[in-house]
Amino acid sequence: MHDMSAHVVHHHAPPTGFIRKHIFSLDHKVIGEQYYGLALIAVYIGLVLSWIMRIHLAWPNAPIHGLQFLSKTGAPGGVMTPEYYLQLMTMHGTIMVFFVLTTAPFAGFGNYFLPIQVGAEDMPFPHINMMSFWVTFVAFCFAVAAFFVPQGPPLSGWTAYAPLSALGSVAGPGQGAGQVMWAISIGIFCIGQLLGSLNFISTTLDMRCQGMSLMRLPLSVWAWFITSCIGLTAFAVLMPACILLILDHVAGTSFFVPSGLVVNDQLQAHAGGSTLLWQHLFWFFGHPEVYIAIVPAMGVVSHVLITNMRRPLLSHRVIIYSMVAIAFLSYMVYGHHMFVSGMNPFSSIVFSFPTLAITIPATIIVLIWLGSLYGSKLRINSASLFALGFVSMFISGGISGFFLAQPSIDIMLHATYFVVGHFHLVMAVAALFGIFAGTYFWFPKVTGHMMNETLGKIHFWFTFVGAYCIFMPFHYLGMAGNIRRYQAFVDDFMQPLLPVHKFITIAALITGAAQLVFLYNLIHSRFWGKPAPANPWEGTSLEWSIPSPPPFDNFGGKLPVVYHDPYQYGIESSTGDYVMQDSPEQITSVRDEK
Amino acid sequence: MAKLFAVTIIVIAIASAIPIVLHIWEPPADISVHGKMIDEQMSETMLEAGICFLASQLILGFFIWRYSNRPKTEKITSFPGGARGLVAAAVIIVGLEVMALGAFGTRAWAAIYFTPAPPDAVQVQAQAGQFAFYFRYPGPDGKFGPIHPEKIDESTENFYGLDTTNDPDSKDDIVTAELAVPVNRDVHLLMHSKDVGHSFFVRELRIHQDFVPGLDLSVHFTPTKVGRYEIVCTQLCGLGHYNMKAYLEVMTQDDFDKWLKQQAALQ
Repeated sequence: MHDMSAHVVHHHAPPTGFIRKHIFSLDHKVIGEQYYGLALIAVYIGLVLSWIMRIHLAWPNAPIHGLQFLSKTGAPGGVMTPEYYLQLMTMHGTIMVFFVLTTAPFAGFGNYFLPIQVGAEDMPFPHINMMSFWVTFVAFCFAVAAFFVPQGPPLSGWTAYAPLSALGSVAGPGQGAGQVMWAISIGIFCIGQLLGSLNFISTTLDMRCQGMSLMRLPLSVWAWFITSCIGLTAFAVLMPACILLILDHVAGTSFFVPSGLVVNDQLQAHAGGSTLLWQHLFWFFGHPEVYIAIVPAMGVVSHVLITNMRRPLLSHRVIIYSMVAIAFLSYMVYGHHMFVSGMNPFSSIVFSFPTLAITIPATIIVLIWLGSLYGSKLRINSASLFALGFVSMFISGGISGFFLAQPSIDIMLHATYFVVGHFHLVMAVAALFGIFAGTYFWFPKVTGHMMNETLGKIHFWFTFVGAYCIFMPFHYLGMAGNIRRYQAFVDDFMQPLLPVHKFITIAALITGAAQLVFLYNLIHSRFWGKPAPANPWEGTSLEWSIPSPPPFDNFGGKLPVVYHDPYQYGIESSTGDYVMQDSPEQITSVRDEK
Repeated sequence: MAKLFAVTIIVIAIASAIPIVLHIWEPPADISVHGKMIDEQMSETMLEAGICFLASQLILGFFIWRYSNRPKTEKITSFPGGARGLVAAAVIIVGLEVMALGAFGTRAWAAIYFTPAPPDAVQVQAQAGQFAFYFRYPGPDGKFGPIHPEKIDESTENFYGLDTTNDPDSKDDIVTAELAVPVNRDVHLLMHSKDVGHSFFVRELRIHQDFVPGLDLSVHFTPTKVGRYEIVCTQLCGLGHYNMKAYLEVMTQDDFDKWLKQQAALQ
């Protein structure tokens, strides 16, 4: 632990001009808000894309008015071509996974709250921090620009499997310029995340205030720290993979293309590459990416739940060790995406067991949450509803992993809607519930205004019930053999499933519309919400010890000193049933780690 | 609000289980020798996953009902057994359960992948390309002629790039658009992609295998029921992916022999 109490002056001066204050800001809080804002823009783009896809799947020949303005050739008269469906699907996955699920819970909340929760005035490398956001922003611009290049965005899915992704426009519309734009975007995105991870790790290890031992770090900080460690290795593999993919396009290399391919009746000049190499590199990143999305959400949800249960979790350490175990195992499981890929079938068995084993730390975390609910004094508000909703979604999505971890069962479920249902529940919806929980919880701190609770609860109810109505039937479709990534269901056995798709589409439209309530609440409360006190939820961690919104240097020129574990709830103190981390009040610790 | 939420979780959990219990959406009946093991594994996993799912959601719902908005006078109590008991439960009950599932599941996997096709298996080569499957039988000589990628030409229907003039093994090869196989005989399917990644999935056969450009892969299976079944591509291969399909015709040996002769005459 580094004693920073002597260095009480913020190591970069408060900015004065608009540009340095709000755009090229060095302040971790502004950078956190920028990441969150970027994710907000991205999530609504991704949502609209999902609406368009869902309408098309349920009513394939119905025109979607206005779509022709996005692409005349992709949607003449508003009716999507088969390739345009795949192109929008690719962009939905790319935008959601990279620019929402990675950006908001990790880079957004983490940037804002990690330095405050460790008791630091900022990150150690503010310029690198600023760069990480703007690099990510440039990556986002490249991704969006793919819509506007000739032939539009790529159609190879967010996984960009080679050689479809490496052959150029001969392999299909969008596979030329669009695919290169995609690879540039993701390559740049990786740089942004690497820079961010370095800052998160060094802040956690070197910038903790006096008294803030590692075990006194809130679980949110632990989650961001562990995620940074995953990100550092995962993105470091995806970035070179993207570079190799670009070289296959522009430099005539053949990293991912073998010899003798005849595409569109043309013999390709490539020779010597390996198509499975892309899958190995991609999934070495891709599976840890699942945890990059979900571990921060676990940390945020734990933090929100504890505050609203008015008691610490049954064990702080066990949650930390379980998250570390998940991070460690996350590198050994990626092959379960490739059971039927042509990889050596013995490898499938080898990858299967760590995948099943990762169930153990995940189950421990869930049981600790459930066991901690027992006997608690649960407060119900928008934040805690979303945190509890996260637990429910994580259980539902996680349990379907029992099936997909087994190669023999994967034979029936691979590439079906079962997989889509599984990863949407466990990774996307659960992470979004974590983001919502964090937003309702921390919004008063960030803006100085409370969010509207009634609107928050309306948002919750539609989102919770809606998410189940959308994604639970995906599992049933998959069991019946409904293949994913089809723009229409022409196969005899899939046609009877169309009514299920119609039900899902209606649920998706309603659930999506409820997200506009959230947006309204966010914007309205930002300007006209009730003024927020410094500690509206009676929290104990350091962010609640400072004014709402926090001052430029977080702690008003004097770094805090920490005396307690992060979650001293359920006790008798001068403030009520809790004592804050920086309160010198003597209490008997309630940490229960025996 | 809390009680309504608790009830909602419980209702959703039970409603989610109903279609499974009633077998509303299920894979079609198995027509392969090895498929029974996969189906048993699926049922076993469904039972265990279902118990975990229902138990955890019901407990979550119950705890929300019971422990929300409690009066100030009530004290916080700890879960009996604390974290230790729960960790032990996770490791011993869930951990052992899923590991055992995984271990038993390897039987079905091994039946497909770790046992070689018998020497008398019917040899068929499957070729996938954007956006069609073609199948090749070796003809009376029992040998497949070599593929010449530069000779692949759809306009002349030389889908495999065969040189029937110079390659004697190619002369009697039979290329078809559907996969016909005799019932109750092992079929050795040699898989080859001419362009991008594709996949071969027949639900009834319980067989699913990707075509990988640059790699010659194979699977083998024994169909047990005469009939016509859909083969679909499950690996995203381009704009026509959704429409890439073919049919598997499982025939009696006599019908298969006749069919093969008819196809040979059409070459």
